[in-house]
Amino acid sequence: MSLDISKLTIETAHVGLMIGDFKSQDLVQAYIDEIKKTNSDLNAYLEVFDDAMAKAIEVDEKIARKEEVSILAGIPFGIKDNILIKGKLCSAGSKILGNYHATYDATVIEKLKSKDVIFLGRTNMDEFAMGGSTENSAYGPTKNPHDLSRVPGGSSGGSAAVVGANLALASLGSDTGGSIRQPASFCGVVGLKPTYGAVSRYGLMAMASSLDQIGPITKTVEDAEIIFNAIKGQDDLDATSAKIPVYPQEEDANLRKRKIGIPKSLLSEGVDDVVLENFYQSVHKFRDYGYEIVSVDLSLLKYSLACYYVLMPAEVSSNLARFDGMRYGNRVSGDNLLEDYLKTRGEGFGPEVRRRIMLGTYVLSAGYYDSYYNKANDVRNLIRSAYEKVFEEVEVILTPTAPSPAWKIGEKIDDPLQMYLGDIFTVPANLAGLPAISIPSGETAEGLPLGIQITAPHFREDLLFSFGKHFTKL
Amino acid sequence: MIEIKDIEKLAGLARIAIPDNEKQKLQKDLESILGYVSELKNAPILEGEAEESYVKNVMREDIEHYDSGQFTEEILSEAPDRVEDYFKVKPIF
Repeated sequence: MSLDISKLTIETAHVGLMIGDFKSQDLVQAYIDEIKKTNSDLNAYLEVFDDAMAKAIEVDEKIARKEEVSILAGIPFGIKDNILIKGKLCSAGSKILGNYHATYDATVIEKLKSKDVIFLGRTNMDEFAMGGSTENSAYGPTKNPHDLSRVPGGSSGGSAAVVGANLALASLGSDTGGSIRQPASFCGVVGLKPTYGAVSRYGLMAMASSLDQIGPITKTVEDAEIIFNAIKGQDDLDATSAKIPVYPQEEDANLRKRKIGIPKSLLSEGVDDVVLENFYQSVHKFRDYGYEIVSVDLSLLKYSLACYYVLMPAEVSSNLARFDGMRYGNRVSGDNLLEDYLKTRGEGFGPEVRRRIMLGTYVLSAGYYDSYYNKANDVRNLIRSAYEKVFEEVEVILTPTAPSPAWKIGEKIDDPLQMYLGDIFTVPANLAGLPAISIPSGETAEGLPLGIQITAPHFREDLLFSFGKHFTKL
Repeated sequence: MIEIKDIEKLAGLARIAIPDNEKQKLQKDLESILGYVSELKNAPILEGEAEESYVKNVMREDIEHYDSGQFTEEILSEAPDRVEDYFKVKPIF
C-alpha cells in the first residue's frame, strides 16, 4: 500500500491510524522517504532525529492494545530549532549554540510528548529568529518548496517549508513580528500566532520577551486549532502566561451577520499589485457571502514598524547577553576574560544578530532611552488602545499577511531596512498581543502562494478558526 | 549621525568584537534604521497613564523547588570548560 501523505490532515491521519489503514511506522517512513528525496535541496531540516521510528513503534503498540490515544498520537511534527527538546541539539540557527544540547523540555514539547506526537527533526530558522527569509541561518538558507530560487520567508522558514513540502504533517514555529505567519503565507500553508500569554514560552529561546509567542504551522485551519488546543494554557514556568477565558462556540449562521474591518490606510502604499488584487478578491468573497465589510481607522499602525524596530532590538540586546560562552554554548578563547566575551560573541553571532544587539544597545543607552525606547512604549500603548476601539465595532480585521510574495534568495540580504518593511502587516498583532492567523488565499501567475491574515481580539482564537474555516470553504 | 567611533563604543558595550572591514557597513545600516525609526517623533503623544496590561506578572514563593545538585551534571556537561562541579572561566582581576 502506498501512502499519499500530500492529502493527509491531522484528522484523516488519525482516522487512518485508528481504523488500521496504515501504522504510525508507515507514516513516519513515508515522511522520512520524502525527506531523503528533497531535504538536501530545501535545507528545511537541520537534523532528522534518529528516534522517530522507535517512538512510532510505541504508538503502534498503544493503538494495538486499544489504549485511548490523542488525536495527535503518531502525528509527525517538525520543531523550530529554538524550542528545547531535552537531550537534542538546539542551535537557534546559530554557531554560538552549534553544540548545545537542551537540558530540559519546553512546556509545549512536554505537552506534545504527553499526546504521543512524533518529532521528526529540528527545522532551520533565521539565527535566533531574527529575519524574514531564513537566509540568516548559520547553516545556510532554506529554499521555498514552490520555487527553489526563492526564500521560504522567516524566521520560521524551515517549519513552514517542511509543511509546504510534505516533510512533516505539522510544525511548531515562533512569532515575534510575523515569523510564523509570513513564512506560512510564502509556503502556502496556515500559520497561527496565538494571543500573547495563551501559550507558555518556557523552553523557547527568548528573542523579544514582550512579543514572542509559539504557534502551529499546518495545512488546514482545523489542524491549527487542534494543535493550539493541545499547547495552550497557563504555566507556572512562564510568568506571562495567562488563564484563558472560554467563549461559547459560535453558531455558523451567526457568523454571516458579522462585521469584518479593513484598515484601508495600511493598504495605500508599499503593497504589490498582485497582493492587493488577491486581497480584494478575498474581501469580495466574504462580502458576497453576506459579511459586512467596513473600513476601520487604524492609521496609527503606520508607526508600528518604527515602534517594533526600537522595542524588539532593545529586548534582543538584553536577552542575548546570556550567550557569553561561560556556562554553555561555544567559547572562543582570548588572552583574558574580556577577550573571551568579545571573541565568543563576535564570532558566534552572525551579522543580523550583531546588528540588532548593537541597535538595541544604542536605543537603550543614556541620552537616547527617552526619545526611542520610552516613546516606542507609549506608541505601543496607543496602538493597543486603537485596536480595542476598533474591536468594539468589528469582530475581526482582515489584511494581506505580507506586502509581497516570496522574493529571490539574496534579493534583500544587503538592505536590512527593506527586509524590515516586509513586516508591516504582521508586527501590529505582536505589539498589541493579539491573535492572528495566515491562511492561503491563492497564488500569483508564477505559482507563488499568497495569504490573508485575520486578526481577532485577545483570546479570541475561536473567531480566527471559525472565520478561517469559513473562508477556506468560500 | 553615527560615526565609526560610535560603532566601536557600542560594540564594546555589547561585548562583540567587530572586524574593521565590517564597521562601515554597520554604520550605514544603523544610520538608515535609526533614520527610519525616528519617525516615531511624529507619532501622537500618549495622554495620561497607559492602560494596565491584561497580562499580569506572576510571582512565586522564594523556596527551593529542586533538590540541591539535581541538575548539576546535566547543566555542567554543556559548559565549555569546568573543574569538578564548577564552571571554569578566566580570572576577573
